[in-house]
Amino acid sequence: MNTKVSLAGIEFKNPVTTASGTFGSGMEYSDLVDLNRLGAVTTKGVANVPWPGNPTPRVAETYGGMLNAIGLQNPGIDVFLERDIPFLKQYDTKIIVNVCGKTTEDYLAVVERLSDAPVDLLEINISCPNVKEGGIAFGQNPKMVEEITKEIKKVAKQPVMMKLSPNVTDITQTAKAAEAGGADALSLINTLTGMKIDINRRKFLLANKTGGMSGPAIKPVALRMVYQTVNAVSIPVVGMGGIATAEDALEFLMAGATMVAIGTANFVNPRATLDVIEGIEDYMRRNQVEDIKELIGCVK
Amino acid sequence: MANVGKVSAKIVSAEQLSEGIYSMWIEHKEMAVQAKPGQFISVYCTDGAKLLPRPISICDIDKEQGRLRMVYRVAGAGTKEISQKQAGDSIEVMGPLGNGYDLSEVKQAVLIGGGIGIPPMLALAKALSCEKTIVLGYRDAKTFLLDEFEACGKVVISTDDGSLGTKGNALDAIRANGVTGDMIFSCGPTPMLKGVKAFATEQGIAAQLSLEERMACGIGACLACVCQSKEVDHHTHVHNKRVCKDGPVFWAEEIEL
Repeated sequence: MNTKVSLAGIEFKNPVTTASGTFGSGMEYSDLVDLNRLGAVTTKGVANVPWPGNPTPRVAETYGGMLNAIGLQNPGIDVFLERDIPFLKQYDTKIIVNVCGKTTEDYLAVVERLSDAPVDLLEINISCPNVKEGGIAFGQNPKMVEEITKEIKKVAKQPVMMKLSPNVTDITQTAKAAEAGGADALSLINTLTGMKIDINRRKFLLANKTGGMSGPAIKPVALRMVYQTVNAVSIPVVGMGGIATAEDALEFLMAGATMVAIGTANFVNPRATLDVIEGIEDYMRRNQVEDIKELIGCVK
Repeated sequence: MANVGKVSAKIVSAEQLSEGIYSMWIEHKEMAVQAKPGQFISVYCTDGAKLLPRPISICDIDKEQGRLRMVYRVAGAGTKEISQKQAGDSIEVMGPLGNGYDLSEVKQAVLIGGGIGIPPMLALAKALSCEKTIVLGYRDAKTFLLDEFEACGKVVISTDDGSLGTKGNALDAIRANGVTGDMIFSCGPTPMLKGVKAFATEQGIAAQLSLEERMACGIGACLACVCQSKEVDHHTHVHNKRVCKDGPVFWAEEIEL
C-alpha cells in the first residue's frame, strides 16, 4: 500500500500535514504526537522580526467552529532559525515553513533568510494586510497576488506554495494569479473572517472584533473552494479547512487535493493528525486501494 | 513529566455545591500522580459542536486513590453539559496542565481565593503544612467548600453583599482582619488580583497569582491565552507569557495586570 505523494518536486511519506498556527513548530505537541509519522509539519507563520500579536481575548468558540485573532504572534526569523528548525530536523518529516509579512519587503527578508535552511517548502500567508496598500490583504487582490508571488519566486531557494484567502468573490481568480506568478503549489483555505457578540456584556467576544473562523463548520465551503481551484489551475493543491477525521481528509483528496492539513482539530484532539493518517490507511485497506494517487481527484 | 494526553476518565462523583457551582471527582491514576496545586485540566464536551476544551482548575488531589477533583461554575453551554454528567459516566480530559504554585520556602502562607478562584486554594491549603490564613471572597452567603477550608486552617471571609464576613472583596477582608504572612497565593478575577498585587508590593510580601484567559489548545501552541509579562518571554521573545504553559501561576512582579 502506497501513501506517498509528491508535490512541488518533494516526496511526502503521506498526504497529511498540520495547518499553520495550530501546531506551533511541533514542540508543544511532540509529547503527544510522534512527529515522524506526519507527512510534514507546517510551522506557525514567521515574520522578519518578532510580532507581539493582538490583545486578548484572542479566541472564541462558535457552533462547530472557532474564531481566532492571534495576530500572528511569532518570534521572528532569527529565533525561528536558531530554535525551531533544529528542533524539527530531529524528526523524519518534511518541513513546510509558513511566512507572513506586512510588506513585500518583509516577506522577501524572511524568504532570503530561509534560503540556506533545511526547509522543504515555503507556504506564503497572503491573508496579512498589506500596510502599504491601505491594509487590504495581499490575498484579496489577484494583481497583488501575482506580484508578490513573482517577487518571492525571484529570491526563494525552495518551492513556493501560496496560501489563498477564502475572503474573495472568486477564489479561482487569486489561484490563477498565483499560478501566473510562478507558484509551485497552492494551499487553501485560510480562515473565513467572522464575528461574535456577547449579548450579556454587549461587547465583541474578540478584542480584535473580527477573527478568522475555522473548524468543522467551514469544511463544506473549504471543500468547494478546493474543488474549484483544482479544476482552475494545473499546480498541486494542499486542502484544509475544518478537516477533523479521515473521512474529511478523504473528501478533500477525492476533490483533487494532493495533501491535506489538520488545523483546529488539533485543539479538539491532539492526536487528530495521527487518527487521520491511520483512518486513511484503514480506508485504503478496506477498499483495496493500492496507491493513494488512485483517490486524488477521483471525484470529478 | 510527560503529558498523558487526552484520555477518558471515570467520574467517581458529581454533585452541585451551591448555586451554579458543581463538584466532580474523576479517576485517572497517572494524572493524579502528576498533579500539583495550581494546575488545571482541559475538559472536553461530548457535543461535537463545542470544540474547545474548558480549562478547569484542580480543587483537590487524592494521589492514593488516583483521583482529582474539579469544582467549577457553570458559565455557558459547555460547563452546563459537563455539570449534567453523573457518577459512573466517563469524561474526556487532558492534564494536569500548567505549572502550579511554588510551595518552597513558605513559613506563613496567605491563600486568597475569589469567586471561582476559590476551589484551587483547597488543594493548596492541604499541600501546605506551614502556618496559613485562608481568605475567601464569595458573592454572597451561598458559600461552597467552606467546611473543607475550615478543616485546613484559619479562614477569613468576604462577601460582595456583606451578608457574611467583611463586605467587599477578599482584599477588604485581609485589611479588616490584619492578615499577614511571607507568601501570598492567589486566584480570582483580574480586578482582585490587581488589588492583591498592589497589597503584596505595599507590604513587601512575595505573591503568586493564578490567571485566567480564554484558551484553545491548552498546551502552549496556539498562543491564544497570553498575558503581558515584564520580561521578554522565552517563546516569542516579546512580552507575552502563555497562561496555559508558562502559567497559569505567575509571580506578581512577572506580569502586568
